[in-house]
Amino acid sequence: MATLAQIAPFIILIPALGAFINFFWGMKMGERTSALVGIVASSLTFVVALGLLSALIANDYNPIVVNPPFLDNWIKIDTLEISWATRVDTLSVTMLLFVTFVGTLIHIYASGYMAGDARFPRFFAYLNMFLAFMIILVMGNNFLMMFVGWEGVGLCSYLLIGYWWDKPNGEGWRNSNAARKAFIANRIGDFGVLMAIFMMFWAFGTLDFYKAGEEANPTAGAHHGEEVHAEEEAEPVSEEEAEPVSEAEGEGDAHGDDTVAYVSYQTEGVEMHQLGVFGQTAYYAKEQKESGEAKVFMLGDMEISLDVLLVIVTLFMLLGATGKSAQIPLFVWLPDAMAGPTPVSALIHAATMVTAGVYMMVRSNIMFYNAELTSFIVTLVGGTTAIVAGFIAMGQFDIKRVLAYSTVSQLGFMVAAVGLGAYVAAIFHMMTHAFFKALLFLGSGSVIHGVEHGHHHAHKHDDQHREDYDHADDDPHDDHFDPQDMRNMGGLSKKMPITYITYLIGTFALAGLWPFAGFWSKDEILADAWLVGFEKGNLKGFIALGLLIAAAGFTAFYMWRQIEMVFHGKARTEASEQASENPPAMILPLVILAFFSFIIGFINIPTGAGIFAVGLDGSVGLHVLGNFLEHSIFASAFVLPPFQPLIAFTALGIGIGAIILARGIYGGTKAINAEGKDPLEADPAIGVVWGIANARMYWDEIYFALIIKPYMRIGAFLANVIDWAFLHDYFHDSFILKGYKSIGQLLAKPIDLGIIDGTVNGFGILARRTSGLLRKVQTGYVRTYAVALFLGVVLVLVLMLVPLITNGAG
Amino acid sequence: MISVESVVVLSAILFTLGAMGVLLRRNAILVFMSVELMLNSANLALVAFAQKWGGADGHVFVFFVITVAAAEVAVGLALIVAIFRLKQSINIDDLHQMEG
Repeated sequence: MATLAQIAPFIILIPALGAFINFFWGMKMGERTSALVGIVASSLTFVVALGLLSALIANDYNPIVVNPPFLDNWIKIDTLEISWATRVDTLSVTMLLFVTFVGTLIHIYASGYMAGDARFPRFFAYLNMFLAFMIILVMGNNFLMMFVGWEGVGLCSYLLIGYWWDKPNGEGWRNSNAARKAFIANRIGDFGVLMAIFMMFWAFGTLDFYKAGEEANPTAGAHHGEEVHAEEEAEPVSEEEAEPVSEAEGEGDAHGDDTVAYVSYQTEGVEMHQLGVFGQTAYYAKEQKESGEAKVFMLGDMEISLDVLLVIVTLFMLLGATGKSAQIPLFVWLPDAMAGPTPVSALIHAATMVTAGVYMMVRSNIMFYNAELTSFIVTLVGGTTAIVAGFIAMGQFDIKRVLAYSTVSQLGFMVAAVGLGAYVAAIFHMMTHAFFKALLFLGSGSVIHGVEHGHHHAHKHDDQHREDYDHADDDPHDDHFDPQDMRNMGGLSKKMPITYITYLIGTFALAGLWPFAGFWSKDEILADAWLVGFEKGNLKGFIALGLLIAAAGFTAFYMWRQIEMVFHGKARTEASEQASENPPAMILPLVILAFFSFIIGFINIPTGAGIFAVGLDGSVGLHVLGNFLEHSIFASAFVLPPFQPLIAFTALGIGIGAIILARGIYGGTKAINAEGKDPLEADPAIGVVWGIANARMYWDEIYFALIIKPYMRIGAFLANVIDWAFLHDYFHDSFILKGYKSIGQLLAKPIDLGIIDGTVNGFGILARRTSGLLRKVQTGYVRTYAVALFLGVVLVLVLMLVPLITNGAG
Repeated sequence: MISVESVVVLSAILFTLGAMGVLLRRNAILVFMSVELMLNSANLALVAFAQKWGGADGHVFVFFVITVAAAEVAVGLALIVAIFRLKQSINIDDLHQMEG
């Protein structure tokens, strides 16, 4: 085992230390040092992630589980043993690499964007803390560690959405409401994750993903570089590939017993507790298939078959994913989460945290693979979310809100990919999306920043102290100006050329135009849908194909609408007239991200891409990411779709068509008409539909009417009627108070005064009376005492002598 | 030889006289003398029985009683002198301040 991998548990400490320093000494260090701490911590994490990648390659892509020297048995209760073990495998390293890389760029960007903020160090502390939790989330080797990270990133998300909680004019209140909304929506999802964890522990007796020595896919890498590979994998269900985990690599001395195959170091009598959750799932699924009878778990008194259990567990996981990854029905928090500073939107609410749900589902691929019903629902949820969010995005004016709905829509693509069993495609799209959506968010931040500056610039004549404004303190002129409203923009391409070009690249990548990243990743999902639909004849494939292609059209349309409104045409306000390009700290990350948005798609060129691959398939290789990830995905659940020219051309055609359509509608100076309306809004026929999109399909209002209002009514009823009127006024007064009073009376008068006091006083009186009688004996005359003495002696003598006399007589 | 019985009878008479003196006399000195009389009647009985049984124990007891009686007289007379100084009287009926 590579020794380099031993640092894996400590990677968490780097951003944690950065956060610690910024929390406690940030205010003393000043902005530059504070930002430097954050950036250095973040980039060091990326360097360590690269080190882990090299360790993984040195270990022949086989997963490495690292127990830290401390915290080895993190939790040990009876049979439950949970170690704080970090898992270095291809999936976690892929996540780690893009999270830390994009994270570092966003840290750099934030150092420019947040300059002058009153709580600058705290922002960087939160960002570093977020990175630490995100690393725990992706690197944990058990569901509990993942859950710790899951909750941690949720906390950081909450803190950062509400970061500007103290803005004046009610804006701070809106920000903190958005934060609460995010937290509560996520909490519903977290309930699902917890339930899934409980059920898995109940059924499998462990929470570890894999136990030591276990591999998801020991056969992986056997046919790297073979052209026919994808076709082979295309129909994996019935063939020998269906074997969930095949035999121990290297030590193939497993004789006869099938169970042996699951643990590479063990050769006989393998016990279930030596397998992780996924290994057991795979084992039972295979056993069930071979024997033909359902595997039954006993959960307390309840019998539950493997199929039902997997469906329930995966449905709970899906609930968690709909919370974290903002899917229908819990996606409503993500658009509101744009209240946070733009780097936060880019890092947490576009590139990394929101992909946690998809990560969890991909990590649990064998479960989703074996739960056909859930997979269908997942596809449906993802596809619907993709198209609904895409539709809503077309009617928004807030530049970040458009991107937020776009993120929801793209997450829908990923979730649909998970449902289709296209786990590689999901991760691939997650990765490319991280780059181009971070780029777009940072670009929108750049635009907002520029417009804000332009606004201040425009007002400097009547405001002398323009030097010391900052974002948190709106000056009085800002009351009615929204720097995020696209209606206030226009013509920025000349004022902010670098932002414009990078934004264009991001748009093309998101719209899925060749050769940008989105083309490859979106196409792979569509190709997978094609495969599932046409070649396996599964309904979910057709559904996904239809929904996702339409969503792709929406994507291209709303993105080009945004380009036209923001960058083209003429400046519509003084602020956008005066806008200027931003400092290098903000521009540099844009350029780097644009570069990657351009080329990152080539890391997973499908077979048969032909001319699209521009010869890079030879030098880069086919399915590089896919083959890499194969080591983390169960052989039976692993699919690499070949290039589908028909799908690719259709998607490309729809994308370009949508852009041309958008250019026709919004092009030039038509973006916003004279009354400040969207051209579609002004159109009598489409206006109604557009209005629905603009109103966000009344989703929040429906939730308000269906859930919050009844909830508040029940709450009011419980509070006013049950609690106050009944419990307090009636029950309290007539039962509790009255009863208490009568018991008190009873205790006080007859019992306390009568019995207890009577007893005590009685003893006193008795003692006094007796002593009154006895004291008369003490006369003071010596003679009396002498008589008493004599009589006493006489008495004693009599008592002594009487028995003598009788004895003598006897 | 005088019989033991007659000596014991004498001792009893002396004891009774002493006891009557203690109970009926008011003069403290006379009360004291009566106490001495009782002690000596007891001594007489002890000596008589000792002679009867031929043991030395009774004689030894008597010596002790005489010694203790001498010490008692010393303390008792001192007390009577102190009382007289306080009260100008040795009538024991005047001493009843300890009445309950």
